[in-house]
This record gives sequence, structure tokens and C-alpha cells, in this order.
Amino acid sequence: MTAINYPESAPVVEENYLNVSYDVKSWLLTLDHKRIGVLYMITVTLFFFLGGFAAIMLRLELATPKADLMQTEMYNRMFTMHGVLMVFFFLIPAIPSVLGNFLIPIMVGAKDMAFPRINLLSWYLYMTGGTIVLVSIIFGGLDTGWTFYTPYSSQFAIGNVILALVGIFINGFGSIFTGLNIIVTVHKMRAPGLTWGRLPLFVWANYATSLIMVLGTPVVAITLGLVVVERLWGVGIFDYRLGGDPILFQHLFWFYSHPAVYIMVLPAMGVISELIACFSRRRIFGYEFVAISSLAIAFVGFLVWGHHMFVSGQSIYGAMIFSFLSFFVAIPSAVKVFNWTATLYKGSIVWSTPMMYALGFIGLFTVGGLTGLFCASLGTNIHIHDTYFIIAHFHYIMVGGTIMGYLGGIHFWWPKITGRLYNETAGKVSAVIVFLGFNLTFFPQFILGYVGMPRRYHFYPEEFQLLNVMSSAGATILGFGYLMPLVYLIWSLRHGKIAGPNPWQATGLEWETSSPPPPENFLEKPVVNHEAYNYHEQEPTPN
Amino acid sequence: MDKGFRFIPEQASEAASQVDALTLFLTLLTAFFTILIAALIIYFSWKYRRKSEVRPAETKTNYTLEIAWTVIPLIISMVIFVWGAKVFVHMKRVPEGAMEIYVVGRQWMWKVQHPEGRREINEIHVPRGRPVVLTITSEDVIHSVGIPAFRFKMDAVPGKYTQQWFTATKTGEYHLFCDQYCGTQHAGMVGKVIVMEPGEYEAWLNGVKADDTPLGSGKALFDAYGCAVCHSAQAPSMSGLYGRKERVADGGTGKIEDVQVNDEYLRRSILDPNDQLAVAPDGKPYARGIMPSFRGRLTEEQLISIIAYIKSLKNTPAQREVVP
Repeated sequence: MTAINYPESAPVVEENYLNVSYDVKSWLLTLDHKRIGVLYMITVTLFFFLGGFAAIMLRLELATPKADLMQTEMYNRMFTMHGVLMVFFFLIPAIPSVLGNFLIPIMVGAKDMAFPRINLLSWYLYMTGGTIVLVSIIFGGLDTGWTFYTPYSSQFAIGNVILALVGIFINGFGSIFTGLNIIVTVHKMRAPGLTWGRLPLFVWANYATSLIMVLGTPVVAITLGLVVVERLWGVGIFDYRLGGDPILFQHLFWFYSHPAVYIMVLPAMGVISELIACFSRRRIFGYEFVAISSLAIAFVGFLVWGHHMFVSGQSIYGAMIFSFLSFFVAIPSAVKVFNWTATLYKGSIVWSTPMMYALGFIGLFTVGGLTGLFCASLGTNIHIHDTYFIIAHFHYIMVGGTIMGYLGGIHFWWPKITGRLYNETAGKVSAVIVFLGFNLTFFPQFILGYVGMPRRYHFYPEEFQLLNVMSSAGATILGFGYLMPLVYLIWSLRHGKIAGPNPWQATGLEWETSSPPPPENFLEKPVVNHEAYNYHEQEPTPN
Repeated sequence: MDKGFRFIPEQASEAASQVDALTLFLTLLTAFFTILIAALIIYFSWKYRRKSEVRPAETKTNYTLEIAWTVIPLIISMVIFVWGAKVFVHMKRVPEGAMEIYVVGRQWMWKVQHPEGRREINEIHVPRGRPVVLTITSEDVIHSVGIPAFRFKMDAVPGKYTQQWFTATKTGEYHLFCDQYCGTQHAGMVGKVIVMEPGEYEAWLNGVKADDTPLGSGKALFDAYGCAVCHSAQAPSMSGLYGRKERVADGGTGKIEDVQVNDEYLRRSILDPNDQLAVAPDGKPYARGIMPSFRGRLTEEQLISIIAYIKSLKNTPAQREVVP
């Protein structure tokens, strides 16, 4: 980046959150939100690559129509592992727990989260849950899919279903506590002058996400608990022979798991708003509309769970109501895309690595969002339900959306977190590889689904092979694209240029403190007297 | 079955072209907005690329624009909703006189029974040009009947009947998939739908003896369990029952309501007879606890047969003799 500028007058801060102490205990018992964010960053990365390994195995197997790489039991366990690890241990915690943890207290001008001990507890709950799930996978695994549909999961599946459910249950509390912490921090810890209308959009998005975490996660925890109860003691909750209803599980599960999609994508939208504003040098277009649309998505997201059940025997009118409501989620999402695009107009645009991820996000999220219309519309939903079309659609949202947002955010705030700059060329090359690899992996799956290939098939009719080969080839490229940042980011820790407090000349409180920030974030309590993204008031600096 | 590469599956049912028309519209819409956004991003980021550190002007909120791009997508969404709902209602409302085929899923096969008695596994033979309704259930976990060429999909849910119909328009063989993950051999739970000319279908059906029909075996079961002993005097008669509205009292609260006598109601009444008690002509419900539950005593296929038999009992003098 050519615009790097070392302010001569920047205070030389001797002590930062990384160099205050070095022993293992000071990390494992830290109450510093920044260190907890870093702990999360290391662990979600671990789970991401474990889940990614499973994905690569699945794509290798699907390169041929026949079952040749592994046994069917193994394949079923592999896609379950992929789903469980990616959804519960990467996508949900990724942005709120890593970037949210690190940035929200600094962005609101606070010393720490409202409840630092609960914050540390969240990470331990996450690690306990994650370890239990990994143990359940290593010692046999389970083959229910990440959706745990009854009565298969409660009566028929063999494998470590109970153990995995206990792990996810415990991890859920980590999510609830993180949500609670963010909500209280945003309400009570804002610096003087930082009104709601001046909050960065990243904070707004994580605030909306936290509401979903606090309201939704208990429901899925109870639901998975009920599956355990039914498996252990044969209580008739989902078993129709005992007066239960297997469809009840789907209602309860999707009541959380549909909003969970917004837990994954809303924080990514928050990241994108920050990146677009910074690298266009403009206040985000329609700030209020972008902020409110996050809350609207969080609210409407709770009313659309039934669209996962259009073919499970729902009444015609029930299906029509859920379809109708589902279209309302499309509106605030569209509003965001239009506002981001409009922000570029008459901006001063730099194609930095984070910006490339951000623009890639808009493109992929647009496709993911628009293909959501196929799913919300009843007439087309029936045909594409449970096919690869659905797989493609939600990967465009979760991988094209959330992971692009996460990587964009990591690249943007990496200098803040570590105090070092990475190699821009390597960053740009990897962003392009991820974008191309992603599209080659998932675009063919839209067609594959429409011609009828069901999801979770270990082997398939021959005429589906060409599209599957394209998808598998794309997955290899995508995997390579994800490994690259791992290498050059780690390399930058030792060899990267010193970043200075504000390498991007961005606005926002996090850029007004040193990089890495001091243990209590600011040497003096900050006072805010302007709105977010006041780039038009910023002093022009020589290029 | 056509093994070539294709972008859309064969259109072999009456609904297929309706679904594809909506898909085409949505695809064009997706392409339009994706290209629009992509073009704007590329154009803006080239036109307004950073040339100097001169700051752009302050961004003002443009309410007209905000309202426009809220309302326009809303209108487009509502058009899609109405169009999609229309196609869906058409796929769901079973036309009068549709031929009923029973499909029972189990790990990992489809068991199919035709009204005239012929049974088959993992294959469904249907005549071309005639509405066929599939009545679907499962013996174990949730499965899903998926026929891409018909744009047809319906879950097989244990303990419940689900229904959806189609009219095949083109003879040939088409994929039958299980679309809901159901355990180890989920990918192997596949079969064929074979669409035949009506004449050929009749000939195919006649390859089997008539006493094996659901109706025939249902009558045998009805007699064997002595159902007719009660269902004439102390209990409601079955004649002409199917399709009527009946008054029933809730087994727990005693609240009286009207129910439609359909497959689902008959199934419930056989498995849990005390949950809803029919109201006798004198206005009082029949007593609790007289009819035993048949839960666990009848297989899904036997239940289907008994229901098929009850359905056949029209309110005509000739058939009154069957249930005196």
C-alpha cells in the first residue's frame, strides 16, 4: 500500500497488549478482550482448516460418480463433520468472537468488554464444546448431518450423537455470553459523545447479531437437549409412536438455525461497511438505512423458519405465509447492497487487499441473495429443495459472504492486531484466487441442483459428473487460496513492516490508538465529537 | 433416461413448464441485478480510482433514492411471491378423480402399491396424461420422494400421510431420488419412474391377480379384526363415511368440533381411537375405551389397505350389505 504514512508525532508507546507479558498463563487466564480475540482467532482458524479438510475429502470423492475414495459410512460422517465444525465452530463465532471481541470495546472507546470474566468464560465454553465434538469425531464420529433431523438422530443413527450434541450445547452458552457481553458493552460503555447515530456500522451489525444470539441460541440448545433425552430414555417428544412429532424438531431447529444464518452474515456486512467507507474515503451512503437494515434482518429472520419445511407436509396456507415473510428478508439485504455500491460513486477508491475482499463480497452476496428468491418462491422451492441448488445458495451466503467478510476484516485490522503489515501483492493474489476458486466450486452446483442431484449423496448418476468435476477442481483452487493468507500473515508477524497506528488513514477510534493497542486500549479516555466515517473532514495527507 | 449433459432436467410433467417459466424469470432477474451491480462496481472503482489525496465530498443521505430501492425490490418480490404461490397451489390442489398410488419409504427402498393391486419396489409405473396423486408415508425415518423430471418433491414422514400430484406428459424413464438424508444408503435409495401410454399401463397392471388389491386385502383385514361387529350398531357405520364432515368430541376435553374424514383422520382413528370420539346421532359421543388401539398391530401397508377399503364403502344399498 502506497499510502502508508508514519506520523512523525505519533506517541511512542512502549507497552502494548502483546508485550506486557509472555507466559502461557498470562494468555490462558487473560481478561483482556484483545487477547481473548486473538485466542479465538487461533482456534477458529484451527476449526476452519479441519472443516475445510473434510470439504476437500468430500469434493475429491465426488469427482467420480462411484464410491471409490471412502466407504459410505465414512462419507456420511465426513459431511456431518464438515457441517458441524464449519457452522457451530467457525462461521458463528468467527466475526463476533474474533473481530467483535477485539474491536468493539476499542470502537466504542472502552477499556474492555462489560464483563471481562464472562468473556474469558465464553472462550472456555467454546473450547470445551469444541474439544468434546472433536473427541466424538475422532472416536467414531456421527452421521446425522449438521441438521440432526429426527427421528433419524433420535432413534436410528449410530455413532456418537449424544456426545456431539453435548459439545454443541456447551458451545451454545459461549455464544449466548458473547452476545450478552456485546449488547451490554454497546449500551453502557460508549465513550462520551459517541451517540448511537455515531456508532460504526460494524458495531451496529454485531449488536443486531448479538440480539439473535441471545434470543435464538437457547432454543437450539433446548432442542438438541430434547434429542439427547429422547435418545437416552425414549421419551416421546419426536417419536410419533409415543405421541411425539418428528416435524416438531424441524420447527424448533430452524427457529434458531435460520436466524443463525444472519448470525453468520450480519457481522460480515458490518465489516464490509467499514472497508467500503475507508477505501472509498466516503461516509457510507445511507448510514441510517444500513444500520436499521441490520436490525430489520435480525427481526424478520425470526419469522421465516418455515421456509425450510415447504415439502415436509406443511399446510398450503402455512407455506404461503412463510414464503411471503421470507421475501421481506430480501429487502434490507438489497438496501445494503445498493448503499455500498452507491458509496463508491464519486469516492476515491483504492484496490487494497481488504477492498478486494469487500468488492468480492458484494458480488458473491448479490448472487447468493438473489438465488435466495428461488428458495423463497414456493413454485421453484419444491423442485430445488434438498438439492445442490440449496448447497450452492447457502455457500454463496456463508462462504462468499461470511468468509469473504471475515478475511477482508482480518486483512484490514491485521496491522492493528499485530502491529505489522503483510505483503500487499500476496494479499491481492490470494483474494483473486479465492474469488475465482469460489465461483468455480459453487456456481456449477446451481445447475447440478436444478437438474436434480440431491444433497448428501455419496454416489450419483453419471450424467452429473461433468459439473461435479468442475466443482471439485474449483475446491482445490479455493483451498489453495485459503492456505495463502495463513502463510503470508504468519510470515508478516516477524518480517512485516511496522504498521504504525493508522496505515490506511481510516477514521474510527481503533485507528486513534497505537498498533498494537496498549493493554487498556487508550492512554487517555477518548471523547467523540463527530459522526463515523467523517472522511470529508479528515486532513488530506500526502500520498 | 437421457444421459447427456443438460442445464434443466427433462420436462415430463404438466407442472414442469410452469416451474421452469418461473425459474427462467428469476434467472433473468438474478442475471440483470448481478450484472448491474458488478458493472457499477467496476465502473465506479475505475472512474473514481484514487488519483490524489483530495477528499471526496461529504455523503448526504438521499431519501428519494433510499425509498426507491426499498420499494422497487418490494414490488418485484411480491410479484415473485404471487407467481410462485400460484404454481405451488396448482401443484398442491389434487384434481378430482386423480389416480391414487401409495408410496411407503423405508431404509433404503421405496415400496409402491397401485390401486388395482400391483406392488413394486423402487419403480413407479404411471400412465401418461392422467393425474396421479402419490400418498406417501414412511416406516422409519423421514425420506423424500423426488422426481426432478416432474419438478415433484414430497417428504415421507413417519406417522403421517403427505400428498402431492402430477400428470406425466411424456413417456420414458425418469429418476426417482430420496431427497431427505435417511442414513447410510441414502444415495442408494433411488429408483425409476416409468411413464407408459395408458393402454400399456393397463396391460402392465393386469399382470397381477386382483385379490391382492389394497381394497381386497383391506376387506380381509376388516373382517379378520371383526371391525364390522361394532361399526354398525354401537359404533358409527363406515358406509359413505369417507369424504364427509363428521362431528367428533375431543377425547380429553370433550370439546365438539367438525372434522373432514380423510386418510389422515382414518389413520388417527385406527391408531388412537380415543383421541377423538365420533358423536352418535343422539348428540352424545360414543363411549371412550371401547375400541382398542391398533398401534403396533398393523403395518403401514395394512393401514393403507384398510383405509382403501373404508374409502370404497359408498352409501349405496348394494354395499350396505357389506357392513350391515
